[in-house]
Order: sequence, then C-alpha cells, then structure tokens
Amino acid sequence: MKSTRRKRDKIRSWLFIAPSLAGVLTFFVAPFLVVIYYSLVNNPVQHKFVGLTNYVRVATNEAHQLAMFNTARFSFAAVPLAVVLALIAAVMMESAIPARSFFRSCLLSPMMVPVASIVLIWQVLFHHNGLVNGLFGIHLDWLKSEHAQFVIVLLFIWKNLGYNMILFMAALSSVPKDLIEVSRIEGAGRIQVFFRIKLRYISATILFVTIMSVLNSFKVFRETYLMTGEYPYDSLYLLQHYMNNTFVSLDYQKLSSAAVLMSIVIIVLVGIMFITEDRFGRDLDD
Amino acid sequence: MKTFEDAKRQEKERHLKRQKIARIMLTVFLALTCFLFLIPVIFTVTNSFMSSSEISANYGAVFATTRTGGKVYIGKTVNLKFIPDFVTGSQYMTVLLRSPAYLLKFWNSVIYVVPIVVFQLLIASLASYGFSRERSTVKEVIFFAYIILMLMPYQVTLVPNFLVSRALHLVNTQWAIWLPGIFSPFAVFLLTKFMRRIPTGVLEAAKIDGAGEWQIFTKIALPLCKGGVYSIAILIFIDYWNMVEQPLVLLSDEQMHPLSVFLSKINSQEISLAFAVAVIYMILPLLIFLYGEEYLVEGITYQGGIKG
Repeated sequence: MKSTRRKRDKIRSWLFIAPSLAGVLTFFVAPFLVVIYYSLVNNPVQHKFVGLTNYVRVATNEAHQLAMFNTARFSFAAVPLAVVLALIAAVMMESAIPARSFFRSCLLSPMMVPVASIVLIWQVLFHHNGLVNGLFGIHLDWLKSEHAQFVIVLLFIWKNLGYNMILFMAALSSVPKDLIEVSRIEGAGRIQVFFRIKLRYISATILFVTIMSVLNSFKVFRETYLMTGEYPYDSLYLLQHYMNNTFVSLDYQKLSSAAVLMSIVIIVLVGIMFITEDRFGRDLDD
Repeated sequence: MKTFEDAKRQEKERHLKRQKIARIMLTVFLALTCFLFLIPVIFTVTNSFMSSSEISANYGAVFATTRTGGKVYIGKTVNLKFIPDFVTGSQYMTVLLRSPAYLLKFWNSVIYVVPIVVFQLLIASLASYGFSRERSTVKEVIFFAYIILMLMPYQVTLVPNFLVSRALHLVNTQWAIWLPGIFSPFAVFLLTKFMRRIPTGVLEAAKIDGAGEWQIFTKIALPLCKGGVYSIAILIFIDYWNMVEQPLVLLSDEQMHPLSVFLSKINSQEISLAFAVAVIYMILPLLIFLYGEEYLVEGITYQGGIKG
C-alpha cells in the first residue's frame, strides 16, 4: 500500500520535470548528438566516416587559430582583473563608510544597461579624435590598433565588476564573526585576518567567480560586435566571429567540430571547478 | 606627570583619527569610481537632449567616416559634451513620431523577451519543483547535465539550435528565438536552488493534511519562492533584452532583428537619433533595476557556489 503511493509520488515528480526535459532534449541534447555526428563524417549527404579529419581542419585553420588566440588572450587579461578588482571592491564595501548601498547600486548598475545603448559613448571616448586621446594627448585609433582589446577589457570590467562584487560580498559576510574576533583579540592585524582567514574561507567563491568570469568572457563578442561590426580589427576577431562566418558559409563539418572543441574546453573548466570545490569544501569541514 | 593611562589614551585617539582619515579617503575614492561607472549612462542621457546639428558638430568626426558630404557641418575633433547648449526633445519627437523603424525594432525586442521570460519561468517552476521532490540519483545526474548545459557559451549552443530550427523550418521566424530561450536550463537551475531551501517538513505537513502534489506546488512551494521567481525574471529579462548572438545566426531578415542589434547599425545620417534611441532602450531595464535591485542581488547571491 505504502510502496504504491511512493511510486505514484515518484512518477508525479517526474511529470513536473517532463516539459522541461522534453524541450532540453529536443533543442539542445539531441541536436548536439547530431553535431558530434557531423563532426565525424565527410558531409551531411554522403555520411562517410572520416575520423578526426574535420577536427584537424578546424585546428589548422588560420582564422580559427586567430579566433582561439584572441579569445584566450582576452580571457587571460580580463578575468584576473575582473576577479581581483571585484574582491577589492567587496572588501571596501565591508568597511563602515556612508552611502554603502548607493555605491553598491552604482557599481552594479552597468549590468542592467544594454550594451547597445552605451556603445556610442564608448566609441566617442576611444575614437581617433576621441576624449581619451584628448585627455592624455595621444593619437591612437584605439579600436583599430593593437590596443583594441584593452578597450574591450575595460568595457568587460565595467559590466561585470558589480556581479562579481555581489558574490564576494555575500561570501565575505558569511565568514563567522567570532572567528575574526578571536583572532583580532589574539593580536592579528587586519591584513593578517584578511589573508589568513577570510581569503581561505571564501576560496570556493573565488574559484566560482573566476570560472563564471571565464565563461562571461566568452560572451564578450556582444560588445565587440556592437562596437566594431562584422569585420573588426585582427586582434578583436573572436571565436563567435569565426562561428558566424562559418554559419554564413554553411560548412556544417567545421561548425560542428569547432562547437565540439569548445564544449570540451568548457567541460574541462567546469570539471576543475567541481573537483576543487569538493576539495575546498572538505578542507573547511575538517 | 604623564601616566601610562594617558599615553594609552593618546595612542588610541591617534589610531581613531587615522582610521577616520582612511575612511574618508576610501569614501572619496569610491565616489569617484562610481562617477566613472555612471559616466556612460549620464552622457547618453544628456546627449539625447541635444539638437541634431549640435550632435553632428560634436561627434560627426566619429561616425561620418565613410560618407561625409551633405549639408551638416562636421566638426574636426570630437567634443564630448556634458550639457547640451540647447536642451530639446526634438530627437525623441523624431524617434517616436517620424521614424517608425526604431519603434518597430523596439517592439521586436519586446516580442522576443516577454514570452521567453514568462514561459521559461513557467516551465522552470514546474521542473524545479520536480527536481526538489523525491530526489534520486537519476535526477541528480540530469540536474548536473542541466548545469553543464547552462554554462555552455553561444559558440556551442547556437550550432544545435540552428540545426533544430532548420530541420523544423523555423529559421527566420520568431520561434527560432523563442523556443531555445523558453527551454533554457538557466531558470531551472536557479529556481531549484530556491525550492530546495524549503524545509521538507512544510511540504510533508501539507501532504498529511491531504493536499495533492499539484496543490502543494501551487499553494505552498511556488508562493514560498516568489522572491526567487522575481530574481530570475530580472536575470532572464536582461540577458535576452541584450541578445546579439541569436538573431545574427537565426534571423537573416534584418527587419526582424531586435533593437539590441539594430542600434549598432544606425548610419551616419541618423546619428543624432542614436542617443535618444539608446535612452529609450535602457529605460525599461533601469526601471527594473531601480525597483528590483534587492531581487537582483538575491538572484546573483544564489548563483554563488553552483552546487549549493
């Protein structure tokens, strides 16, 4: 009697999941299996298995290499900055200063401003005859120079700092107060408390924020596209540009292989996150 | 004669003073940073009240790179101006009354975003309830797959999305944007985290009182997650209001593009309108931010520590 009821409950709980699961399978999982299949055959008509040929083609493609390189370079520059600056901002917010919530709102607001709306101002700032050049007395057409990525990094930080800061603020406020007080009484300085206790306590959050920032840095195509259009300066040619161009030429083999390669990178990143989160979690329980 | 106590007090006072100075410096620094963060929005707003001749005189140099000519005077250098010489609402009048193209693209944005927010939340609230009840290994594995899927960038997900849309002949229709958005695993992930916070005792008690699963879901679980639903609605809204990648790949007809893509294609003749359109486009998200900031912060906080 009781077991039939439990079974019924179980089935009911699956019914709640069913619509979502059906959609996810139809629009993401099933077609992704097709993508994997496409990446292994010579073309969608002949279906001849060609092994890793498509992957080699993509990996040796110059445009793809450039896109990979630029995307990686951007992430390496932008992510550490976005994490460290956000942590500093969160620590500042912890101190007893007036108008804290106002400051928080200001730093978070860029997240809600559509990129398309502020692109104009950004272009005006960094144009050849723009304000930044005027202010510093230099002559550089930022978006058409080797320093183009710098502009996008600034925009990335402007947009993401608040989000990261909120995550750090939440983590910092969960550090046990008595632990900090005890160490203060025992003579530890502010800086010591920060590095020895707080930083250790929020290590899982630091990792989470880092990985989220890496994933967000893959989305920076939006900003780049809106500022520089379909054909940006070489150093701003990102993976999504490559994908869009390949979509236009409808080369499914290349598209599929590139997507699979990218998904492997993501899975590795996420795997690192979960393994380390587990380890840090256990570390703190001890 | 100075006592030890005096010395100690003096030391303490000096310490307090130093702390006070540090605090003032910190406040000034933060105020400056905040000002820098607000500059893009402030400039866009003030510039939207300039007349078109003032705008082309100030910024013409930036945008009229290919085709100059015409009757407008184009300045040699760029003048970033805070306050217009002459405040006018003429740009807004033009956008609202005489240039239907922008309003049409604005409407496109609304048409894409609203159904995605509503239906993603609907599907996700059901699923998240299912994931938080009768937990089993199979469910955990599926949930984990949802997380991985959620973290995939557009470079990956757009390819399968495109294949399905093509197979179902949805490319170049609103459905190509709607359907992947509605079934996006993001809201399922976040709302499940809210649902799992509900003490099981509350739900079990309702069950003993004779409530069915559906009743427990609509009368107890969902109302308890109201804050979560608002948070997630804001996060979904801003993500899709900002969309660029999907329309570029899935909609080849530019007439169907949302304003987020169209805004960057404003040509040099209409630069003066661009600021007004930009302001119109950010009013809605900024209003939501103004009224829903606490929900937004809560939503972000819940994202922290993915497994939670």
